Amino acid sequence: MGWLARVYVTPKTGVLDPQGKAVQHSLHALGYPEVGDVRIGKYLELRLVDVSRESAEARLREMCERLLANRVIEDYRFEIDAADAS
Amino acid sequence: MRWGVITFPGSNDDAQTAYVLERLLGETVVRLWHKDASVDGLDCIVLPGGFSYGDYLRCGAVARFSPIMLAVERFAREGGIVLGICNGFQILCEAGLLPGALIRNRELDFLCRRVHVRVEDADTAFTNRCRRGDVLDLPVKHGEGCYVADEATLRSLEAGRQIVLRYTDAEGRVTPEANPNGSLGAIAGVRNARGNVFGLMPHPEHACEWLVGGEDGRKIFLSVIASGSGVVDVSAAPTSSKVLSGP
Repeated sequence: MGWLARVYVTPKTGVLDPQGKAVQHSLHALGYPEVGDVRIGKYLELRLVDVSRESAEARLREMCERLLANRVIEDYRFEIDAADAS
Repeated sequence: MRWGVITFPGSNDDAQTAYVLERLLGETVVRLWHKDASVDGLDCIVLPGGFSYGDYLRCGAVARFSPIMLAVERFAREGGIVLGICNGFQILCEAGLLPGALIRNRELDFLCRRVHVRVEDADTAFTNRCRRGDVLDLPVKHGEGCYVADEATLRSLEAGRQIVLRYTDAEGRVTPEANPNGSLGAIAGVRNARGNVFGLMPHPEHACEWLVGGEDGRKIFLSVIASGSGVVDVSAAPTSSKVLSGP
């Protein structure tokens, strides 16, 4: 038994996201004027084994704080679901 | 002085930095590998430019946990002089040795050209061979050089005179056009509060010979040499006096 963690890392509100801006302009050029702000982040999938759900959550938060996100410029959130340990 | 120049997997300005220090300035250089665990006996550590670990995740995010970085953090805590250039600057920010972060350039382009930077403070271990207001002509080559920090951090940087270099035009004026990457406050280089750790996006090591267009980069290295090998702590010194004295 293991867990599948889905981690979403996004630029903090107020932090310039030039990639998002470029994609927004491109979508406007393609005929989607309804598109407002576009923010581009990262999506990570981590498989966790041999760990309880509580411990997985605590350790994942630690991983986000230490490495997966830079808290100066990024926010993060994650979901943890039961998954095959494979 | 005895300099340590670190090579991370993906560093590419390590050899140039060692060349400048050894061949042009006659300094002693020890080449360090990212897996080394000690920086003992060295006076200044340089984290060079490049693309450490392929810039995976974020620039500098993986390098920051290299074995050598534990030694660098200890060295910095003890007041040792640490200089981070480009990717080295990114690594120092990721490691929390310098405030703020570096994100994608405002125009999304990879910049490879000469810029002008103004010396905001000449009372540092890294700029004491310049005068305040001097404009240096240095090259940049980066995709993620846009310096950002929150408002509180920016205020404390200003108050603590930690902003060492700003992008300007050739006359030393801060203008939107002269800011190549959108950096907050046109910041090109910052130091820590103590004054012993400095990071900058421009490449002084690529501006040390007229053969490559200029020698302004020498001033950064010569400043470190002039500051000597003593422990640097500008926070403890009166702000009006010359901060550093070397043997």
